[in-house]
Amino acid sequence: MIRNLYAMADSNQPAISVSGLTKRYGDLEAVKDVSFEVGAAEVFGFLGPNGAGKSTTINMLCTLTKPSAGEARVAGHDIVTERDDVRRNIGLVFQDPTLDGYLTAAQNLKLHAELYGVPSELVAPRMEQVLRMVGLWDRKDGPVRTFSGGMRRRLEIARGLMHSPRVLFLDEPTIGLDPQTRRSIWSYIRELQEREEITIFMTTHYMDEAEWCDRIAIMDQGEIVALDSPETLKAGIGTDRITIQTDDNDAAMLALRERFGVEPQILEGAVSFGVAGGEQFVPRLFAELDLPIRGVSVSRPTLDDVFMSFTGSTIRDAEEDPSKMRNRVMMQMMGGGGRR
Amino acid sequence: MTTTSESTPTPSTATAPGQNGGGAAAARPIEVVRVLVPKRSFRSELRAIKIVWRREMIRFVNDRMRIVTSLVQPFLFLFVLGGGLQTLVRAGTHGVDLKTFIYPGILCMTVMFTAMFSAASIVWDREFGFLREMMVAPVRRSSIVIGKCLGGATVAALQGVIVLAIAGLVHVPYNLELILGVLGLQLLLAFTITAFGLAVAIRIKQMQSFMGVMQMIVMPMYFISGAMFPANGLPGWLTVLNRIDPLAYAVDPMRRLVFSKLNISPIARHVLDPGLTWWGWHVPALLEAGVVLALGVALLGVAIWEFSTTE
Repeated sequence: MIRNLYAMADSNQPAISVSGLTKRYGDLEAVKDVSFEVGAAEVFGFLGPNGAGKSTTINMLCTLTKPSAGEARVAGHDIVTERDDVRRNIGLVFQDPTLDGYLTAAQNLKLHAELYGVPSELVAPRMEQVLRMVGLWDRKDGPVRTFSGGMRRRLEIARGLMHSPRVLFLDEPTIGLDPQTRRSIWSYIRELQEREEITIFMTTHYMDEAEWCDRIAIMDQGEIVALDSPETLKAGIGTDRITIQTDDNDAAMLALRERFGVEPQILEGAVSFGVAGGEQFVPRLFAELDLPIRGVSVSRPTLDDVFMSFTGSTIRDAEEDPSKMRNRVMMQMMGGGGRR
Repeated sequence: MTTTSESTPTPSTATAPGQNGGGAAAARPIEVVRVLVPKRSFRSELRAIKIVWRREMIRFVNDRMRIVTSLVQPFLFLFVLGGGLQTLVRAGTHGVDLKTFIYPGILCMTVMFTAMFSAASIVWDREFGFLREMMVAPVRRSSIVIGKCLGGATVAALQGVIVLAIAGLVHVPYNLELILGVLGLQLLLAFTITAFGLAVAIRIKQMQSFMGVMQMIVMPMYFISGAMFPANGLPGWLTVLNRIDPLAYAVDPMRRLVFSKLNISPIARHVLDPGLTWWGWHVPALLEAGVVLALGVALLGVAIWEFSTTE
């Protein structure tokens, strides 16, 4: 809730604003006329299958790739004309590792601080802080090549924060990590956002992870097909599923039909029906249904359902679609457009 | 904390709850250290150059294996080739040990190969992703290239010092003037070769291709330079190649310097240390060094230009 207040307080000055952003590789439009805004201190997720244009978009916002058309401002600076100002204000955590394995964790962070011009007297305290936050303070003198995948990713996040960026970009921060490490990375991200009031822009193709975001944009074939909070998007699917257990299912079904105008059915011995705003519906149900209810459950539509409703396929199918695979391969061939 | 406005961030501190060391919620109020990154300036570029240079140093010191392995080749040339061919060429060297004769060439060789390996590190950096970390930093690309070049040159010169230390074994005296002169020349050569290596390495995405290209360019350059033979009285085509080989302009002053401190017969000196000539004119050692320096600066310029234009 506090988060949302922050976002609203600064809504007149978005952390990221994008209009008509387009990237073409030859005839292929990797990103097509994309526009959106991200508020200050928001956790914003970019969701979509591989090859949907997520990484290309993030690379343009990070000033790594020049857009073919359109414009964008990050932390108040234009990504084309004020490249350096953008870079000073953003932190980057890439999909592929970018640490020097021969250096220690502390040396990696020190190098970053020097490259970004962090005032010398602040390097040590800031380093301690970011390393403690990701739980690597006691490993600061260990060579990075001895670190596990999860530790490296945490170190990369710590490094991205060394210069107190206003926007932190995370490109698939949890890819290739086990579920436990993924969860801990997410708790760092949320903690970070609350403590440093930083805007977080991330891409993922894990649907369950998108739930952690304040808002998500679903990208498919270079276009944003939906953009809203996960709750709103799921609510947009229309109905929650409510399942109740009663002693007399037939009577309950009759009452539901007559009083609430819903169409219940029996699923695994319980009465189940779809209704908009399931949580608000439950109190009414208890007040107005003249039958004893022994149990009730409300289940929400998942983001998988949302993705399905906007793109007509599940995210996994979209990735397995051979035509899209071909696009992806082509993009990688053309100057590594997908990732570089 | 009541605001998220960060439009004028200052290096201030604020208190925030929720610090923890390992992921659990151990509520202990801590200071949030905020950093204000200043605008790009000449000083920040110098800092970037320095840290890129220091990284090369740290890696050099940590990698003792590399220090040893890169000495194998020069020592092999010096003692095995030099020692082995000695009996064959005894008549031609007028009493000078062949090892002594090729020693200046070996000094150049050590520096040359180490500098090439240093430049190759930019290919590794690309393969292992670290290059990206440097590319996205808010500093000039030229600062990164200059830092890399100076780092590689320093590492190569340090390796050269090890070879310099064994001068006594090949009957070269430990003379202060000679040592300083050799150090200077080594540094210069190391700089130029690193710049050359960088100019090549930036365009190459894979280590294997880089090594192939290096073999193709460096070995011929080394052999043609006159590091292993005197550069006069050669067949015409070889003389032409020798005079356009930049390495020849590092080998020749190095040999002049070493020979100036040797106590040998005038005929041996004339045969073994003839000096480079342009159409019969003896090129002064300082001009030769100038050629190497000019080339190094030009190659560095090429490397910077290439690096700045890659995305």
